[in-house]
This record gives sequence, C-alpha cells and structure tokens, in this order.
Amino acid sequence: MTAQSLFEKVWQRHVVVPETDDTPAILYIDLHLTHEVTSPQAFDVLRARKLPVRRLDRTLATMDHSTPTDTAQIFGGLPIKLESAARQVRQLEVNCAEFGVNLIGLQDSRRGIVHIIGPEQGATQPGKTIVCGDSHTSTHGAFGALAFGIGTTEVGYVLATQCLLQRKPKTLEIVVNGRLPAGVSAKDVVLAVIGKIGVNGGTGHVIEFRGSAIAAMSMDERMTVCNMSIEAGARAGMIAPDATTYEYLKGRPFAPQGTDWDKAVADWNTLSSDAGAAFDKSAAFDASTLEPMITFGTNPGMVTTISGNVPERPGDAVFAKSLAYMGLTAGERMAEKPVQVVFIGSCTNARLSDLEAAATILRGRKVARGVRALIVPGSQQIKLEAEQRGLAKVFTDAGAEWRESGCSMCLGMNGDLVDAGQYCVSTSNRNFEGRQGIGARTLLASPASAAAAAVRGRVTDPREFLG
Amino acid sequence: MDPITVIRSRTVVMPSTNIDTDQIIPARFLTTTVREGLGVSLFADWRYDQAGQPKPDFVLNQPAARGCQVLVAGRNIGCGSSREHAPWALLDFGIRVVISTEIADIFRNNSLKNGLLPVVVDEATHEWLLANPGVEVEVDLPASTLRLTDGREVTFPIESFSRYCLMNGIDELGYLLQQMDAIERYERTREGA
Repeated sequence: MTAQSLFEKVWQRHVVVPETDDTPAILYIDLHLTHEVTSPQAFDVLRARKLPVRRLDRTLATMDHSTPTDTAQIFGGLPIKLESAARQVRQLEVNCAEFGVNLIGLQDSRRGIVHIIGPEQGATQPGKTIVCGDSHTSTHGAFGALAFGIGTTEVGYVLATQCLLQRKPKTLEIVVNGRLPAGVSAKDVVLAVIGKIGVNGGTGHVIEFRGSAIAAMSMDERMTVCNMSIEAGARAGMIAPDATTYEYLKGRPFAPQGTDWDKAVADWNTLSSDAGAAFDKSAAFDASTLEPMITFGTNPGMVTTISGNVPERPGDAVFAKSLAYMGLTAGERMAEKPVQVVFIGSCTNARLSDLEAAATILRGRKVARGVRALIVPGSQQIKLEAEQRGLAKVFTDAGAEWRESGCSMCLGMNGDLVDAGQYCVSTSNRNFEGRQGIGARTLLASPASAAAAAVRGRVTDPREFLG
Repeated sequence: MDPITVIRSRTVVMPSTNIDTDQIIPARFLTTTVREGLGVSLFADWRYDQAGQPKPDFVLNQPAARGCQVLVAGRNIGCGSSREHAPWALLDFGIRVVISTEIADIFRNNSLKNGLLPVVVDEATHEWLLANPGVEVEVDLPASTLRLTDGREVTFPIESFSRYCLMNGIDELGYLLQQMDAIERYERTREGA
C-alpha cells in the first residue's frame, strides 16, 4: 500500500461517493458547528424546501460573533445594545428551537467562541471531518481532524444532507524542527510561517504541521498554529494526534468514555502520516532561530520581528498604500511605536495558557497611562478558571478590562471597537483594513507581546520582561 | 438560479492585491439575517467617506463603472473570512464575474454557489486587463473562455460540476439530496446501525 498522509487518511474515511472528472467527491461531515452570523440564510433554505436538519446529533450551535462582551448585556437583564445583533441572536434561538438543534445559548456556562468550545467540550476529535461557516474552523485541525470553513450555502447543504461536494485539495507539509527560544510562542511561529509563504502560499492546499517544535507544543499552542492556516490561504491545517492530544481530550463531555475511549485511541494512533508519505509542496523552519513577531501591514503576511524594521519596497504602490493606512514608514523600527489599545482574545489566543502568558507580564504591573487593554476569555469556562486561578484579578489590578467571552474586538460587529487611527496590538488573526473598526490599525502579535505593549504603552519585545 | 452562458461587459479594475472579504463587505454589515440588499455596503470603507458620502475618486463611484459586470482585481482576491456576504454583495451591486490571477478557496467556492464567476487568468492576460480598464470582454462559460477585444481567447479553469450546474441552472443541493441512498449506506456502514 502506498504511504498516506494524515490528510489522505482522514479524507479517504469520509468519501461517500468518489470524485470523477465530472463530479466532485461527496464528503461526509462528522461534526457541524454553527453560529448566529452565517446560519440564518441557511435555515431559511431548509424552511423554503421543507427539509429537516438531517443529523441533529452531529450539529452544535452557539453564538459568539455578534454577542456583546459586557456582563450587563449577557447576565444583567439589559438588552443587547446593537439592535441588529440582538435580532441575529434571537433568530438563532428561534431556528434552533424550530429545528431541534442543540444550542449552547447566551447564558450557558459552556458558551464561548465556537472554535474554543468545540475542543473544550471534547466534540473536536482526531480523524473527524469538521465544518463551520467560519474560516477559522481550521483551528480544530490541531487534533488531527480535517476541519475547514464553508459559506452559508454549504452550511445549508450540511444541515440538509450532512455532506459536502468537494474536490480533493493538495497537501503542503510545513516542518518546524528545533526548540523555540524562551519568550517565543506558537503565535510567533505561525506568523513567521505566513510571512515566509505568504497569504496565498497555502491556497488549494491542506497544511500538515510537523516536526519536533510542533510535537513539543501543548494543544493550546497547536490550536493557535492551525487557527491561522487560513491566513496562509490554506483550506485547513492539521497536526497528527499523539499523547498530548489524548491527554487533553480524555474525560471531556463529548469524548468517548470507558472502553470506547481505548478503542478510539487505538484508531487515532493509526492516523499519523506514514513514513514516506508524499506532499505536493513542502517548507521547513528552524524554531531555534525564531523571534517574537509583529505585523506592520494590512494582511498577516506583512510581518516582521519586533526587533526589526518595516521593510522597504520602493515602487510597490500597493505596499505603499498599506503602509499609508497603517501610518508607518518603510524602514521604521517597530519597537517603541506607541500604541493606544491592546486586545488579548479571539479564537487564536484566548485560551487559558494565553491568559497565563499575559498575566506573567501583567502581574504586579500597570497598564500604561492612555492605553486601553481589553482581555476577553475564549469561553465562559476559561473565564471561570482564570478567575479561580487569580488571573482575572491580575488583569483588573493592572487596569485592564475583563469581559464575558466572545469574538469581541477581533472583528468590529459586536460593539468592541478600535477607533480610527489608533494602534492596537492584538492577539487576533487579521490585520485587514477596518477589521477592528473603521480606520483601526492592527498589529498582530502573541499574548506575551500584547501584554508587554500594554505595560509599556509601546511595541515591546516581551523578552524584556523575562527573568 | 438562471442558467449562465455568455456574459459581455466592460470591466472595472481594482488593482489592489490580496483584496480580502473584510474589504468586500465589512463585518458590521454581517448582522443581517437575509442575503438581499448588501450591494449598497459593497466595499463600504473604500467607497464612502466618514459622512457616508460616496468618495468620487473610488473606482466603483465613477460614471464609467456604471453597468460593469466584470471586476478585474489585483492578485489573490477573496482571502480571509468565509462570509458568503461577499459574493452576495458583489452580485447585488451588479458584478457577475471576478477576474484575477488567484482567487482564495472559500471565496471562489461561495461565488460558484451563487452564480458569480471566478475567472483565474495568467499573468500576461491579467496585466493587459489591469492596463486596459473599461475594455469590453466576453466571458463564455460553456467554452470556459475569456475573449478580449484584441482577438485573444484565454481559457480559464473552472470546476466541471459547478460549471455544468451554472450553465443549466441546476441546484447542487438537489443533486446532493438525490444521493441520499449512498449517504445512508455510508452511515450504516460506519456507524454499524
């Protein structure tokens, strides 16, 4: 038998009807996560065609994008301030009630960002196909699942049939070997990867991240890496499951229990890419040479080291337009740039270890005068745990805002906004123009780098706070 | 959906590279629960000033853009968010074809599902199109061919099943629903029911 990659194994298991020249494969979807923004029009299609949701046991809904992070609006009886957001949230409640979909609702203690609660509840598992009407579905690939974002029309297909029409993507192997230096995080790794291969480097491909630096990562870190696969244009990012994966999953509500667990692990152990498996493309990185990274432009590929300078590209009008939007000059140093906002949150970096990394720097220190620091846990469970461990107190003592979970300031649709012209060091995933608010200037970085910027009020290498 | 065969139109050119779906339609317009009426918000942050007035220097606000159904974009359009609101907004505005050297996966897929044709061309053709804004082109879906006024014919790749469905006005969900026997068989085998 020919050597197969992790992706090929998971793909093959889910082919209902193989592809031909004339027709794509019919691919079975094990888990469909859905949220308030990209589902209403899909439920309308079901209604118009008098179709039920075919597999309620494989469908899980929550609300995260347009929900406020203000406690009074979630638990205090105040209405959601943004009227259109309130309508959208209500519409999801109506749709889930009408079709019988399991909804983790607004006040549910399990609620959070869809890509954080899937793993947290143990619904995300190795070998599964997972889709959601959201590009950051790639996050779940950290468990060795094939997980990718789809549009609303396809949300409707999956609700109605549990299947998608798919052409088999190509594969891209990204090998990261070596030991990460202290103060350099998974976020820095993935930013460096995107900086190298570009925002279109993964188009048409599923990435498999491998190598000793990836194997050494925790699940939280692996999720950060896979989360941003889409920022390299990839269909999905995947990491082979191993003992770290199983240790994370064991005992979680949706994870297999008892003897089923042992059977599942035995099966998951067969998923890793075979020795000699072929990839369509390959790229390699040496973790030991990486540094804390920060973006300077208007896409995640426009990234440099915090100790570095804005690159110079004379004659490139698009590059110049991007720098003009950012208010930066070619050749300018990134370090010491004053910042007005710090956002620690999003499906990229709002898990407990991200908050711990930020707290390590913020503990006993203050957010610089004139800086607004917003810290938004990825889920209500993470919020609770951060409060129990004293992290929340570290943040509020430092003068940061501590909020209810949600997508928050990652995208400007829930009331958490960066003002025009302000610089925001953000642990989120996209620095596109206007992403965090009209005219907002986003600098993507790791939680440690964001916390360092909050304390200094300037772009700062977090290693200055180490030891 | 109405069948699509040949689209003839002048082009409107936006040379920016990596135009992401947040630019095509910013997130604040995503709290809608319907798919209609998004054209007015297309490229909102590039198109309108702070007072909500159209910026006269933005290409879609210029008289020459009126009635154009073909958008020629810089390299790699559609990256970022999976929001299907992006093709909905383009179509609602009147754009029916997007041409670039690269088109991001999810955006291309969403476009095909809605009858917005994603046309990927070679660098030379792309440069010619960028240099000749407003030129009349013919996009022939059955022949997978883009015809230029200088007589050039450029074939473009397009997924065969999507092309068949678009040419014949066939709905892909209908096709999937017809495969229910195979789907149920697959479930029985895998789930041991």
